[in-house]
Amino acid sequence: MALAHDPAFNDRTSDGAAAGASSIALDFRALSHRFSLPDRVLPVLDHITLSVAPGEFVALLGPSGCGKSTLLRLAAGLESPSAGTVTENGRPIAGPDPDRILVFQEATLFPWLTVRKNIASGLEARGLLKSHGHRIDDVLKRVRLEGFADAYPHQLSGGMAQRVAIARALVNDPKLLLLDEPFGKLDSLTRLSLQKELLQLWKASGFTALLVTHDVEEALLLADRVIVFSDRPARIVAEVAVTKAHPRRRDDADLVQLRQQLLTQLGVSADV
Amino acid sequence: MSDALTDDRDIFARTAPLSGAIWRDGLLAAASWGVAAALTYAMPDVITWGATDLFALLTAIGAAFFLAAALVVPRLSRDAATLRHYGPWFIAIGIWFALWELTTAKLGWLPKPFFSPPQGLLHVYVTDWDRLLICVAYTARLWGLGFFSGIAVGFAAGVALGWSKRFAYWGMPVLKLIGPVPASAWIPCTFFLFPTTFHASIFLVALASGIPVAILTAAGVEQVNRAYYDVARTLGANNRYLIYRIAIPASLPNVFVGLFMGLYYSFAVLVVAEMLGAKFGLGWYLQFNTAYSAYANVYAALIVMALICAGLVRLLFSLRNRLLDWQKGIL
Ligand SMILES: Nc1ncnc2c1ncn2[C@@H]1O[C@H](COP(=O)(O)OP(=O)(O)OP(=O)(O)O)[C@@H](O)[C@H]1O
Ligand SMILES: [Mg+2]
Repeated sequence: MALAHDPAFNDRTSDGAAAGASSIALDFRALSHRFSLPDRVLPVLDHITLSVAPGEFVALLGPSGCGKSTLLRLAAGLESPSAGTVTENGRPIAGPDPDRILVFQEATLFPWLTVRKNIASGLEARGLLKSHGHRIDDVLKRVRLEGFADAYPHQLSGGMAQRVAIARALVNDPKLLLLDEPFGKLDSLTRLSLQKELLQLWKASGFTALLVTHDVEEALLLADRVIVFSDRPARIVAEVAVTKAHPRRRDDADLVQLRQQLLTQLGVSADV
Repeated sequence: MSDALTDDRDIFARTAPLSGAIWRDGLLAAASWGVAAALTYAMPDVITWGATDLFALLTAIGAAFFLAAALVVPRLSRDAATLRHYGPWFIAIGIWFALWELTTAKLGWLPKPFFSPPQGLLHVYVTDWDRLLICVAYTARLWGLGFFSGIAVGFAAGVALGWSKRFAYWGMPVLKLIGPVPASAWIPCTFFLFPTTFHASIFLVALASGIPVAILTAAGVEQVNRAYYDVARTLGANNRYLIYRIAIPASLPNVFVGLFMGLYYSFAVLVVAEMLGAKFGLGWYLQFNTAYSAYANVYAALIVMALICAGLVRLLFSLRNRLLDWQKGIL
């Protein structure tokens, strides 16, 4: 909680509006994207139009290779779209910005830095290490890695590395958190506890969240809205609002029904 | 009373498993050195050359040292790991001394002046040490100036070449062209370009050490995983941060390969560099004595050079181990 309610850290939102101040409205308008391969052009996203309200939690589901990671890279400003626009609060996204942080599908920790320094790298890059360095211990605790602050990445398991990557994002108190299958490598227990942490954190700090996942249940447990993409090039084939209040139970009748519906839309039989 | 008893038992417990144990390699080393000493002392020299008795004495002292070590080492409280590690080498060196002694001074199979017995080299150290020392100092000055300026420029150029496409477009072909040019080919234009021959010599050493550093640093920076840049950029890093905190540390393993190569090349080029009118220096000493067929002096200087180079390599290794701590377990 110390993390979310650190007033000093939020002083860049000096306009002080309560709810939406620390979050971002994200808009994809007729967004298409293709990659030029040596021998052909690969269309990846096809006319995606999607509005994410400030503070909303949206989950993205879709078959492997359809373009989910690409969508997040566009939102992070790491790539510019071939056609259409991506805007934050109405302004086009021109490049990366620490307000919008992407947790990559691979942990991609800097192998030459210890866990603590990896987490500190965002603060350091922006010259905030002095004033906000204390947040590092908070996030280390949140991802349960207090004992590994001085370990190097090669000494971590895949799941631990992924948790460090999440901590490295959270320490910056982003207004938009883009998560690319962040719990994919975790064991189911750690995954449950981190899902809970993420939810608490999201409620407390009110950032906008865009979560790519292949886990339908996870999407239903966490998100306000679940978007389903088609095969590449990705189009939106379904959109499901999840109105159930938190905390949600995975065996809740409504959620089970939604799950069946989503699985069918993904082309998977529900009774595997 | 009971105290004394426990004390006794402690001592007993500590030494018991080792009592009677002997460091076997130490004993063998003592034997091989002893043989070398005996050979040197007892057999007549076919070729008389320098400090035969002194060499016999020194190898005998070596043998005595290893004999003592063979007995003492197993009883030391901390185990002398380094000494034990090099045990086989000590044996081999003793054998080498004996063979060297036999084939040169004692049997004369390897003729004067091209080969020198060990006492020949020893004689050089005993009689010419002051000049050698001055040469070491001169070479150290030349090498230090050349090597450090070379790697500094090479590293900076390498980072620029690896980072900037435009820099690479113009720089890489030039670097690839001048890379293989032998140092001696530069001599004519260095005479023209530099005010003194000393500056020209520094330039040659700098070039030899800087080029491998530049090439490997450039390759290292170019090969940095793009994902690191993406991560850093989303975290708010500017270009400066990307270069200094991502590109450089990520390519440091490569940089060190370049540094090792540069170190070796810089030593190899010393002889050529000191051809340019140097009055002292190990390279100069080598040439001067080669010209007079004083091969014992040449070998003696070569050994000094090799030892200095090995020491520097060792220093560089420990620097690398410190800076690339994070790589442990990856490699
Ligand atoms: N930089 C790139 N250059 C060329 N093609 C790319 C590039 N990045 C992604 N692609 C292609 O775009 C398509 C979509 O990739 P993306 O990583 O967005 O898929 P994804 O939906 O995240 O898949 P997964 O669920 O397996 O992670 C893939 O076919 C991939 O090969
Ligand atoms: Mg992906």
